Amino acid sequence: MSVADAVAAVMFAAVILYAVFAGADFGSGIWDLTAGRAGRGASTRRLIDHAVGPVWEANHVWLIFILVLLWTGFPSPFAALMRTLAIPFWLAGLGIVARGAGFAFRKYSPTLRWAEVAGVVFATASLITPFVLGAIAGSIASGRVPADGRAGLWEPWLNPTSLLGGTLAVATCTFLAGVLLTADADGLGDDGLAAELRSKTLLGGVITGVIVLAGIPILIVDDQTLVDGLLGRALPLVLISGIAGTATMYYLWHRRYRAARFGAGLAVATVVAGWGAAQYPWVLVDEVSIADGAGHRAALIGLLIAAGLAAVLVVPPLVYLFTLADSNQVGSAPTPTAPPPLAESESP
Amino acid sequence: MQWLLASDALLPARNQMALSLGWHIILACFGMSFPAMIFVLHRRGLKGDADALELAKRWSKVAGVLFAIGAVSGTVLSFELGLLWPGLMETYGDVVGLAFALEGISFFVEAIFLGIYVYGWGRLPGRWHSLMLVPIMAAGVTGSFLVISVNAWMNAPTGFDLVDGVPTNIDPVAAILNSAAGLQFLHMYLAAVMVVGFSVSAVYATGWLRGRTDRIHRLGILVPLTFAAVVTPLQPLVGHFAGQRLADEQPIKLAAMEGLATSTAEARLELGGYWNGEELVGAVEVPVDGLLSFIATNDFDATVIGLDTVPEEDQPPVGIVHIAFQTMVAIGSALVGLIAWFVWRWKRHRDDPFGSRWFLRALVVAGPAAVVAMETGWITTEVGRQPWIVHGLMRTEDAVTDAGYIWVTLTVLAIVYFGMTIGAVAVLRSMSARWRAGESNLASPYGPSPGFAPEIEAEIEAEVTT
Repeated sequence: MSVADAVAAVMFAAVILYAVFAGADFGSGIWDLTAGRAGRGASTRRLIDHAVGPVWEANHVWLIFILVLLWTGFPSPFAALMRTLAIPFWLAGLGIVARGAGFAFRKYSPTLRWAEVAGVVFATASLITPFVLGAIAGSIASGRVPADGRAGLWEPWLNPTSLLGGTLAVATCTFLAGVLLTADADGLGDDGLAAELRSKTLLGGVITGVIVLAGIPILIVDDQTLVDGLLGRALPLVLISGIAGTATMYYLWHRRYRAARFGAGLAVATVVAGWGAAQYPWVLVDEVSIADGAGHRAALIGLLIAAGLAAVLVVPPLVYLFTLADSNQVGSAPTPTAPPPLAESESP
Repeated sequence: MQWLLASDALLPARNQMALSLGWHIILACFGMSFPAMIFVLHRRGLKGDADALELAKRWSKVAGVLFAIGAVSGTVLSFELGLLWPGLMETYGDVVGLAFALEGISFFVEAIFLGIYVYGWGRLPGRWHSLMLVPIMAAGVTGSFLVISVNAWMNAPTGFDLVDGVPTNIDPVAAILNSAAGLQFLHMYLAAVMVVGFSVSAVYATGWLRGRTDRIHRLGILVPLTFAAVVTPLQPLVGHFAGQRLADEQPIKLAAMEGLATSTAEARLELGGYWNGEELVGAVEVPVDGLLSFIATNDFDATVIGLDTVPEEDQPPVGIVHIAFQTMVAIGSALVGLIAWFVWRWKRHRDDPFGSRWFLRALVVAGPAAVVAMETGWITTEVGRQPWIVHGLMRTEDAVTDAGYIWVTLTVLAIVYFGMTIGAVAVLRSMSARWRAGESNLASPYGPSPGFAPEIEAEIEAEVTT
């Protein structure tokens, strides 16, 4: 494995983490969109507020890492990507801003009208952003990003594989978030909400499966390199993803939510990893290989050291934060009417 | 339709970068220096000062809101580096990339510990809880140093050899530790403390003027103002040394700042005035021979390089740079004066430092003034570097995207950021109103969710029952 391969692997690890963590966030926003009017949807929205939880928007750091790894590790493919797919990237950036701001502002809105407007912004952006990101993935995977970045404005991301990628991204985010929200509702003891979310998520799972099956002929017609990779090197990952997805449905059906959560995360992680394995050794499929597109060796080694540093500095506090947030999960969420005991009353 | 896609990208791209950076940098100031102020209050609170503890709690929630919109506007910036300046990233992405990667780590650490801190109220033991601010403060320093080192690198590019226009023998660490990085970082770090110190104390000074003269407001003015008092007198000194580096390495930028048309020995210092396109008009000359030469080089006889030493296409837009620089210096000097007034009041009227309404009014004005000083400082350094994006090596027009629709994205961004500004102000005002009404357990980003605001919960309730 060359240094450039290692950097590409680190970058794909970040893609996987972004897909899982931000995917769950985006999906929660999509559930917010479909939760119904203020009265009926309130319990779902309160749950989403609780579940999106402590690191929302900070999850975009994974995306920033991906961009940094790209422009440092693979500067000219990065420039080609940004030139070719400028419009979907602009839309994704806009979506991320609208989402974050909408979510924050809803939480503090002085009136219900304000909260509804902010909520619609948050939820709509949660739908659009994963769609364009999925379309970008489809565009790269189907070899539509030329090395010089000179392609049309629209075709590179409005084509069969990109549309499939976008649709699939939305479906998987929704399914993943549905599983996590169902488990959360169950953990908080809201059985009615858990039951409602469970049946909707099961339906979402079936729809996701149908999209995957419908996508197969599209891929076969549209991009040879990707299909070869998916049926070759990436086949084990694709199979694991399929099995994990099916198992998630099984566990969800039997109300074993902890296992379902794990299965859903695994399914998303492996399908993204499968994409990465399938397109190896290309950075831009059929155009620029990892070896040809790589930046200077010193920069690549610097990136690997930074990645090691990130693992040491970021992972332990992140686990601590999740533990802290999780210990708050079961019924101990403070309410506005019953403030929690404050720290100052405890002797440190 | 065709005209829509056929315009030149350079001007809208520069404006878009200016808008998104200029907007984000205010939030970045809070990320850099607000946690230290919260830390001081929290530690005071742990010694039994309930007001200080309450204020620390409130400010941690304000920090949560500002951090959230700072996170998304920062994400936009990383998009824009590629979308607006593909030529820069294509050629130099790997030279400056390490700084960005390490900055990403700093930012993540900051985000996680802010989450832990905001989550920790009532859940973590006091001392341990307050210590969660330490990594936030540390990451604020490292993160801002790294980002500014990239900007400094654009002023003083180093860490590579240029062979046939292609950077080779890259040394990413040398690129980070370029000759401009240290002073530029220090200048900005002090500016961040000034922006937050003066603007937070301005908020509480406004409250004091409206008759809210309780202890919370006293602390709300005193703590940030003390931070500002420590750094403000140092800022002119740091700026002076940063200027001397310019005289050495970027003399044309300095000439634009001073409005110096021709190279002059024993140059005099001129204050104010405006650039009419040819020369400086209406400036006040300080009648000391060689003062500018001395300030720039420590030598009264030295020649200060003027704009005429380079062809016109290599000169920055002098008018903007000159007025921005003069504005920054004027406000900075006035703020030093304000701090002197504060120290004097503190010595003479320790029991009632805010007894003078004029002093309070000056504090209120100082908040936005400090922001203007910081922004004009950035305009000085950024516009002053033009026409180069990488000083002496790459022109901005060669780095910019060839997309023709950038004025569309600029317009959209302006609308979105305008909306976000309105939203942020409305949210902060609503939080402040609820605190005044006696609520203390407000929801916050990164914090545990106590549901929506009570009024909204009540409205939802009403809608469910009807």
